[in-house]
Amino acid sequence: MEDQWSVADRVLTSRLLVGTGKFRSHAVMREALLSSGAEVVTVALRRVDLDRAGDGDVLDFVPPGMHLLPNTSGAVNADEAVRLARLGRAGTGTDLVKLEVTPDPRTLAPDPIETLRAAERLVAEGFVVLPYCSADPVLCRHLEEAGCATVMPLGAWIGSNRGLRTRDAIEVIVEQAHVPVVVDAGLGVPSDAAEAMEIGASAVLVNTAIAVAADPVLMARAFALATQAGRMGHLAGRGAVLEQAEASSPLTGFLS
Amino acid sequence: MSQPPGRFAQHLASVAPPPPLDLDAALARPSLDALPTLLSAEALPRLEELAQRAREVTLQRFGRAVRLFAPLYVSNACLSSCTYCGFSKGLDVARRTLTVEQVVTEAKTLVERGFRHLLLVSGEHRLEVSAGYLVECVEALRPFVPSISVETQTWSDDTYARLVAAGLEGVVHYQETYDRQRYAETHLAGWKRDYDRRLSSTERAAEAGVRRLGIGALLGLSADWRADVLAVARHAVWLQREYWRTEVTVSLPRIKSSASGFQPAVPVSDAEYVQALCALRLAAPEAGIVLSTREPAALRDGLARIAVTSMSAGSSTEPGGYLTPGQAQEQFAVSDERTPAEVAAMLEAAGYEPVWKDAFPLHA
Repeated sequence: MEDQWSVADRVLTSRLLVGTGKFRSHAVMREALLSSGAEVVTVALRRVDLDRAGDGDVLDFVPPGMHLLPNTSGAVNADEAVRLARLGRAGTGTDLVKLEVTPDPRTLAPDPIETLRAAERLVAEGFVVLPYCSADPVLCRHLEEAGCATVMPLGAWIGSNRGLRTRDAIEVIVEQAHVPVVVDAGLGVPSDAAEAMEIGASAVLVNTAIAVAADPVLMARAFALATQAGRMGHLAGRGAVLEQAEASSPLTGFLS
Repeated sequence: MSQPPGRFAQHLASVAPPPPLDLDAALARPSLDALPTLLSAEALPRLEELAQRAREVTLQRFGRAVRLFAPLYVSNACLSSCTYCGFSKGLDVARRTLTVEQVVTEAKTLVERGFRHLLLVSGEHRLEVSAGYLVECVEALRPFVPSISVETQTWSDDTYARLVAAGLEGVVHYQETYDRQRYAETHLAGWKRDYDRRLSSTERAAEAGVRRLGIGALLGLSADWRADVLAVARHAVWLQREYWRTEVTVSLPRIKSSASGFQPAVPVSDAEYVQALCALRLAAPEAGIVLSTREPAALRDGLARIAVTSMSAGSSTEPGGYLTPGQAQEQFAVSDERTPAEVAAMLEAAGYEPVWKDAFPLHA
C-alpha cells in the first residue's frame, strides 16, 4: 500500500517539502530539489521577478511537475500577506499559499495574531492556506477551524538548524490535529526530520539545512531518506519506553 | 537651535565600558562586550580565525546570497559644510539636481541593468531636494521599482511618514562619526552640523514606519576608528531591540579622496578593514552589512565571502551619471568599476547567489 497524504486535493507521496532560499546558485538549488524527491517546493514571492521570467528568475529553476507553494515571507501584517498572496496567485496561477507573517526580522518568529487574521481572509478568498506558525496547540486549533489546509508549526527558530526544540508541543499538535501537521523551520540534520516524522508529523519542510550544507544535493537526499525512515518508524509503532532493562526473552517464557 | 539627545544618544552615554576580555574568550563568545577585544591590534594576527567565524555566522543567518542595489544620485546641491565631502557647500563644483522625469529615466536604466533595489542619494538642500520632491520621486518610481530607499538629509517625523505612505522602504543616515568633538570639527555648518538631530533621525524614521534602516560610520574620519565601529554596532543592536519590526543594515565606508581634498588622519588598512567587518558581523550577527563600490574589486570579492550581505555595483556617484555623465561633480571616486553583470558573475563564481529582487511593492 502506498503511503500517501494530501494537502486539500493534492495527493502527495513525498513527505519532504523543500524551500528555495539561501542556495549558492539557482542551478545548485535545482539539483538539490531534484535530489530531495520533494513534490512541493516553496518560493518566496518577494524573490520572484515576473519581469525576469525565462531569463534567470528563480521560478525558471523549479523542476516541472513540482507543486509550487508561493510564500508570503517578508509580510509584516495580515494586509501585506493577503496582498502578496493575491499577487502570487495572479502571477503563478496556483491557489496554494504558504502563509508567513513575520514582523520581527531578527527572530523571524511568526506573528500568531496577524497570521490567524490573514488565514481567515485568504480561506474566504479561496486560497489553500498552509500557515507557518508557532508550535502552539491552541493557535493550531484556531488555524484549523479557520479552514487552513495544514498547520506548519516551527521546530526551532527559522534558519537555526537547532533541531526539534518544540517536540513536546508538536506531540500535542499532532495528537489533536485533523489536518496534516508539517513541521517547518529549524530542522538542522536528517535525524531531526526523522524525529519529527517518528512522533507523527505528516511531513517536514526543510530549507536552510539543505541550502547551506557543503553538499546541498547530498544533504537533500539524506533528508529524503530520513523523512521516509522516520515515517516508517512511526507506522511501525515503537515499543514502550521503560524505566529499566527488560530482557528480550522473558525468564518465565517457558510457562506460556 | 540644536536638538536634545535622542533615545540612542542617551543609551550610548549610559553604557559602561566593557570589562577587558582576553582574545580567546572574545573569540569563543563574541558579543558587544567582546567587540573592543576583537577590534584590537592584538587580534589582528588572528584575522583568519576571525574571518572563519564571521563567515560561519553570515552563512547561517543570510545564506549564500548577496543582495544587489544601485545608488541613484538625484542631486549634489548642498547647504551643509562638511570637511570631507565632495558635495560640501562652498566647493566650486558643478551642481545638478535631476527633475523627477530625469530620476525616472535613470531608474529605468538601472532596472534594465537588473536592479530592483534603488537607493536615492542627494546632498542636503531642502529647497532643491525637498520633502515634496522626494515624495514625487518615490511615487514615480513605485510602479516599477519594488524597493526604494533614500539617503538624504534628515527629516521631520511627518516627512518620514509621508515618504512611507508614498511607498518608501528604507532610510539611510550615516552618523559619519559618533565622537561628538570630531563630529563638530568636521561638520562645520548647515543642517548636518547638529549631531543629535542626525543621530536621532534614524529612530524617528523607525517610529514613522520605515522598515529598513541603514546606519554607518565613515572610517578614517575619527582617529579612533575602533570606537566608531563599536558605536555603530551598539546602534544597530539597540535599534533592532527597540524597533523590533525594523531591519537594520550597517555600512563602514572608508574615507576616500574627494573634491574636498580631505585626507584621513589615520588611514584604516585593508587588513584592519576586514577585521572591522568581521568583528561587526560577530557582535551584531543579525545586522546586514553593506559594501559600496568605494572599495576595490579584490577587497569586495573577498569580503563578499566573509561578512557582506548587500553590495552596490556599477555605481555612479554623480547626479545623472548613468545616462548623461560628466555634467556634475561626483561625490567620490568609485574604485570597483565593474558592471553589475560582472559583479553578479563574480558572486556566482564564488558560490553565492546574486539577489536582484528581495522585496515586494508596499502598495497595491
